Amino acid sequence: MPQELLERIEMQEVTSLPSEGSSLVPPAPPEGLGTALFERDDRSARTDLRRQIAAMESELGELFASAFPRTGLEFKVPAPGGGPRILSMNELERVRDSLATRICEVKTHLDEYGRAEEASREMIERMAQDPAGHKWLRVSNEHIGEPGCRHWHSRPRWGILGMAMGWWRVKVSSGCPLAEGPAFGRSRNRDVPPAFGRSRNKDVPPA
Amino acid sequence: MADPELPSQGEAAPEPGWVAPELTQEFPGLRVATTTVDAGGGRSPAALKASLKELSNRFGGRQAIMLRQRPIPWAYRVFFRHIALDPDETPTPVEQVSLDRMRDGRFKSQDRVRDALTMGIIEVGVALQAVDAAKVEGALGLRLSTEEEALEGRVTPLEAGKIVLADVKRVLGLLFGPPVASAEPTKSTERTTLIAIGVKGVPDIALEEGLWVAATALLS
Repeated sequence: MPQELLERIEMQEVTSLPSEGSSLVPPAPPEGLGTALFERDDRSARTDLRRQIAAMESELGELFASAFPRTGLEFKVPAPGGGPRILSMNELERVRDSLATRICEVKTHLDEYGRAEEASREMIERMAQDPAGHKWLRVSNEHIGEPGCRHWHSRPRWGILGMAMGWWRVKVSSGCPLAEGPAFGRSRNRDVPPAFGRSRNKDVPPA
Repeated sequence: MADPELPSQGEAAPEPGWVAPELTQEFPGLRVATTTVDAGGGRSPAALKASLKELSNRFGGRQAIMLRQRPIPWAYRVFFRHIALDPDETPTPVEQVSLDRMRDGRFKSQDRVRDALTMGIIEVGVALQAVDAAKVEGALGLRLSTEEEALEGRVTPLEAGKIVLADVKRVLGLLFGPPVASAEPTKSTERTTLIAIGVKGVPDIALEEGLWVAATALLS
């Protein structure tokens, strides 16, 4: 990430109050100058809020990427609305607070997902050790937070005979079905034979 | 044959646009760069369609999901948050194009200018727009709208304080919004001005590269 967005503006820290008479800075802005001084303060506060928003957006982006392929997590953070404009300090604070709340919620949900996924992994281990003790149980990749369609299924070998004899085993599926396209059995261009299967055009043999 | 000393079209350094001082003070990295090429709208040539197809093969779901972690798209998301736009409701240009890619299953060819912008946006990640060069006057830039300022296509006037893309005479659109209909490149457009909008965290070289990719695609 470009660090310039996350850089904090260095401000000198005041360690002790200036004694009266020794400081050149008056305790309050003179008449007529107050507005300019306070506007300047507001701007630096807004800049700092923008930096915080940038850091939180980065964290939310990381959570978004790490959450895949889990579904049902809400990542939206409402904006003040009203089109592109310069936000006031209050509005920026609201954006920052909403981002912080959302990050908290997503982290909590991801923790819950993590616990459930770990329990599913342990279940797969137990199924593998004792298939007969987990009859017909099916755990999929979705349950362990991984992409793909693979699943573990406790089922009897040889159907009814296996059920009667207690020949239970865990069968691991081979994954997602392959996508069907023109290459399988059908060719849009009748002059070109399909790569697999049979062609509708009986004059053209499959390649 | 072109003079080897002079850069050919689309290779010339982009011209910087202006940004109103009140915006520069609030958003130090906000800037505009433009370049004008002798090409217009209409259907995309076969070469551009082939480039889009090749780009579709390179950009898939994995890239779309990782987009938020790439520095340039992230910088635009952050800027959207800073200016009251919700990047999930109003996606940043690169996210909008990638969402369209996911929805359509490919980068669908629309017209020459839009296809060229898609190339530039996806390849580099910067925000690009295009207007008919003959329909704008003077340099382009960003400023805040004034009280009761009109925006073509809207029944009601703009509120004061909206960030708008404008030429020296009129508002061409809201920042990151579509340009007004009368300035959009059409089939009859002879020269197109490509506009890159940069924000803090997006290097100048990225803006130049985005404009160069789009200009090259437009001239293909």
